[in-house]
Amino acid sequence: MMYRRVFNYPWRFRSMFEEIERMRQMMDRWLGETEGILPMTRAGVFPLVNVTENKDNFFIRAELPGVEKEDLDIQATTNSVSISGERKIPAEDEGARYHRREREAGKFSRVITLGADIQPDKVEANLKNGVLTVTVPKAEIAKPKQISIK
Amino acid sequence: MAQTETKALKPKEKQEVMTPAEQTSPGAVFTPNVDIFETETKITILADMPGVKPEDLSIDLRDNTLTLKGDIAPVEGPDEEDVLIEYETGKYFRQFTLSEVIDQDKIDAQLQNGVLHLTLPKVEKATPRKIVVKTE
Repeated sequence: MMYRRVFNYPWRFRSMFEEIERMRQMMDRWLGETEGILPMTRAGVFPLVNVTENKDNFFIRAELPGVEKEDLDIQATTNSVSISGERKIPAEDEGARYHRREREAGKFSRVITLGADIQPDKVEANLKNGVLTVTVPKAEIAKPKQISIK
Repeated sequence: MAQTETKALKPKEKQEVMTPAEQTSPGAVFTPNVDIFETETKITILADMPGVKPEDLSIDLRDNTLTLKGDIAPVEGPDEEDVLIEYETGKYFRQFTLSEVIDQDKIDAQLQNGVLHLTLPKVEKATPRKIVVKTE
């Protein structure tokens, strides 16, 4: 029964993994807090991202060395940002002998779901020295409000 | 060849290195991924060093040892809190021993989009000549 349910509904399958991943992140956070170490979790999808936030914005950063800005596609919805693109490595002249080949070319696509609503029309992206920074303004409703005590 | 490749990229964990000398400044040190290829006249090294500014990169060649060092400045603002951390940032360090004799005056280095392009031309003498073996 379970088998059929899981495999007939791929989205169910996916949300199950997301749930596990979320639990794992929470666990890591608790453990990390006691040690004073940052939670390190990996979704296993390229590019690896670091997400930070301040009062007004989320910042999504990814290391994309050698990716041209023309080959990047960034889209935003009300609570997620998708980063996709292709890393191209130009072919070398014939007759070149390779000694090392550690850099890889290929396509990538990743969706980052943020914990609060955002303003998709005000998202800005900046690619500098191979590091992509996406600045995502939070929606007014998601920003913390200072409450004055009367 | 590269144009037709459409395989999906897999995330690669950065490899931390132990530098031969002890670090005087704190922070992790990683080894950059490199491509090295050689033609008859030159050796080319491409190294991924995202986050390194041209002025923070040092390339040193002495006694046939090439040293690449890259420092990075933190990009986060002071009021930012971490939400999800998947990769670490740190310095880059890698050394190579070059067997060929390099023309040090003609070394060319360019840093573009976080990728270092280093061209090391071989000295004239080292370009191979075909040696005919005579038989009697």
